[in-house]
Parts: sequence; structure tokens; C-alpha cells
Amino acid sequence: MQADSHSNGGTQSGWIARIRNAPQNSTGNIVMVAVALSIVCSVLVSGTAVLLRPLQLDNEKQNRQRIILEVAGLLDNSGQDASGKEQSLEQLFSQIEAHVVELASGEYVDTLDPATFDAQAASRDPELAVEIPAARDIANIVQRAKYATVYMVRGESGLNTLILPVYGYGLWSTMYGFLAFEGDANTIKGLRFYQQAETPGLGGEVDNPRWRAQWQGKLAFGPDGEPKIEVIRGVVDDRAGAGDGTSAARYQVDGLAGSTLTGRGVTNLMHYWLGDEGFGPYLTRLKATGEVQ
Amino acid sequence: MTATSKTVLIDPLVDNNPITLQMLGICSALAVTTSLMPTLLMCLALTSVCVLSNTAVSSIRHYIPNNIRLIVQMTIIASLVIIVDQLMRAFAYETSKQLSVFVGLIITNCIVLGRAESFAMHNGVRLSFLDGLGNGLGYSVILIFIAVSRELLGAGSLLGVQILPLTKDSGWYEPNGMMLLPPSAFFIIGLMIWGIRTWKTAQVEQPEFEIHNAVGSEAR
Repeated sequence: MQADSHSNGGTQSGWIARIRNAPQNSTGNIVMVAVALSIVCSVLVSGTAVLLRPLQLDNEKQNRQRIILEVAGLLDNSGQDASGKEQSLEQLFSQIEAHVVELASGEYVDTLDPATFDAQAASRDPELAVEIPAARDIANIVQRAKYATVYMVRGESGLNTLILPVYGYGLWSTMYGFLAFEGDANTIKGLRFYQQAETPGLGGEVDNPRWRAQWQGKLAFGPDGEPKIEVIRGVVDDRAGAGDGTSAARYQVDGLAGSTLTGRGVTNLMHYWLGDEGFGPYLTRLKATGEVQ
Repeated sequence: MTATSKTVLIDPLVDNNPITLQMLGICSALAVTTSLMPTLLMCLALTSVCVLSNTAVSSIRHYIPNNIRLIVQMTIIASLVIIVDQLMRAFAYETSKQLSVFVGLIITNCIVLGRAESFAMHNGVRLSFLDGLGNGLGYSVILIFIAVSRELLGAGSLLGVQILPLTKDSGWYEPNGMMLLPPSAFFIIGLMIWGIRTWKTAQVEQPEFEIHNAVGSEAR
């Protein structure tokens, strides 16, 4: 090993020489240790990731189902259903009807199974995705799947709740969520995100229950049928008779302090998905068939 | 168990506690202690990472080239943290969502790297294992104490079970909202340090320099 050591190692004294002459500090040894360590660590890390992936996907799916149930008002956040009974997620979820919709035509697609269709993955699949022209890409998502899974809850008097998946870019991250409508497809029941990485404490407060509660009862579309709902800056001024159905407050939600851009992102994603690019054709079809009054 | 191994294991609990004496790992002590459940998971995660990294570093300490020893230690720690994070996402999904970035941030937790560099590089596998366990438990003891105080006083509950009936549910306890905010953890850590140093006076730090007062009356 002497040949490996630094050439003038012999002339140096003290601790420098000791370190330089130690074979474990030779370049060859450094490279060898680094390579061996990288291989061992990467095998361990990727091994765990691959082995645990199915379990994690299962958890994510259950989380999405729970959020759909919560936004539809079928489950409160203590894990009880609306009548206070404890029921398993599957039992509750069986009340919900799911369809895959072709966004451009608004028609249901029977060839895709709503239980397995994954719009997030499909938006990256060239076969299943379309690019969004920059001018119309207000939600900043570049491309989206041609299809989306919608969920419905039916009551005795027809459609009770309609749940649409929505997503768009906030400040740092794409926020994925579900928007629930009453049977009229205009009155909002709730908006919840299941995946976002906005600044904790600022934009991340889109998950705050008190902020979320405001969405209930707001109207998404203006009298002209265009999406009008908006996250404003500051606090909604609802003094001028919030209940008369025409005042601006019915289309507005309080902004979150310190997160103007996240709020704008939420407004944009609502307008995108409720507009012609998103679920517009589907909602028009529902109205035409009389499913939505 | 020999006297040395006993000291290595017991010392970090109070006498050489990573948080209250060495002032390491304060960041996560503030962030994850609003309620007890995520705290317990965080303590478990940190303790296992600390034990495993100490053991791994110690077992290859004779082969680690001195020039790249910190990178080697960080690689080992980072791999362990990713594995722990993956395990949590698979088996404790709800709580892991609450912990969000803080599991990943164990990589930068000074306690783990500090023990690997200062202890595991120079000691045998068995002692390093015990040292990792001791320091992990020392961290856990403090965090659990903070979390219990914060959840009990801030929300009147422990592990989500209501213990003190809240006034809004027609009970008698008015929760202290400040306990749920990060500064309260500072106050609790401060009070704990005060308490421990009153009990164990050896931990009181000597002033690094003396203040000379020209007037003299107030000089110490």
C-alpha cells in the first residue's frame, strides 16, 4: 500500500502524514467505499419503495375516497357517517355512483372503469391526454387527461350531490381536490383538496376547516351561466343582503392572509374546470337531459 | 450490563440530554408537538434512525476514509430516513400526513449526525447502538413531555381522547389556544431547562467572560 500513498508522505510529520499515509484515505479506497456505499444504500431505498408501493397506493386511494365522502357530506371528520353510525369506507362509498366522462363531449365512457381510471396518471399518457393551448390554460396545468371521473349521490328526488375532480397550480404546487355541488350543479356543497404542497400556515390553509366551511352555499355560476365564483383578497363584504341570491357575496370566498397567489390559483382552477375546457359540456348535457334542474 | 454501557444509555436521558443540555433538535421539538400521536411517531422515527445510523457507521468505521466521512454518514442517515418515511406512508398514513416534511427533515437533525460523528466513529458497535438508543430516548422524553402539556392544555385531550371537558361542550375547561402555537414549545422547553438545571446544578453553564462594570457596585 506504500505505493498508493502520497508521494511526499514520508517527508511530512505529525497528523497530516498519518492521515495521508493511511491506506483508507487513498483515492482508490475512497472511490471504492463511495461506490459500495451508494450501491448498498440505493438497493435498500429502492427495495423498500418498490415493496411498499402497493400499500401506499391503497392508502392514497382510501384517502381520496374519504375526502369524496366528506365533501359530499356523507362522512364527518371523526369517521362517522351523517346519521352518527360507524360504517366502513367501502360501505359508505357504495352509495356513490361513479362515471368516467369524456370532457370534450360531456358523454359517459363505458370502456374505462371509474374504479381504476387514474386521471393524474392519464394526464401524462400521450394516448389519453391533450395539450391545453397556453391562452386557455388558466389553471396552469399544461396538459390534462381527455377523461375525468365524476361521482354522484342520488336521493329520492333525483340527483342529490355531484362531485367533480378539479386541480390547478397554486404558488408552488398543483393542488388536487374535489368540488361538490348540490343537485342544481350550481350551489356549492364543499371544496376539498387531497394533495397540495402550498406553504404550510399560509397557502396550506386551504385545508383549514374554517376556511373550507365558507364554500358551502356559494354559487359557482353567474346569471349568465359563466363561472363567477372567486377567492377575493380580504374579507367578503356580505352586509348588503347576502341572502338575496344576486349580491356579489354569494360568488365570493374570503382570501387567505398572506397567500394571494394560492387564492388566485384556486379561483383559476375553478374557472378552468367549470368552463368549456373542463366540465362545461358535461354540465350542459346534464341540464339538457333534465338530470340537473 | 457493564458500567460504561449503562452510562452510555442512561446519560442522555437527563444528564446529557440532546435537547435540554446540547440544545440540538429544537426545530422538530417545536413543530411536531401540538398533539401526542404525531409526536410519538416522530420519536419512534428519530430513535430508530439514530440507533441504526449509529450502528451502521460504527460497524464500518474502520473503512470510512476520513476525507469523505461526513458524506458517508449523511448518505447512511438519508437512506435510513427515506426508508422510515416510506414505512410510515405505508403503515401510518394519517399521522404521516400530519408530520409532512418533518420526517424528511430528520436527515438534517443535528442529533443524528452529531452522534454518528462524535460517538459512532470512535466506538464499538454495541456501545454505539446503546448511545443511539439513549439519545433517541432522551429526545423522546422531552418531546413527549412537551406534547402532553401542549395537547392537554391546548385542546383538553390526549391522543385525541377528551380528558378535560371543554366549555364549548358545556364542560369547565377553557382551552389555552397559545399552547397549540409553536412559541408555547419554547416556553415549555425553557421551563424544563430551568427545572433540570435547578435540580442538577452541574449543568449550569459558567459565563464565558466576565462583565467588568466600571462603577463596580453591580459587578460580579
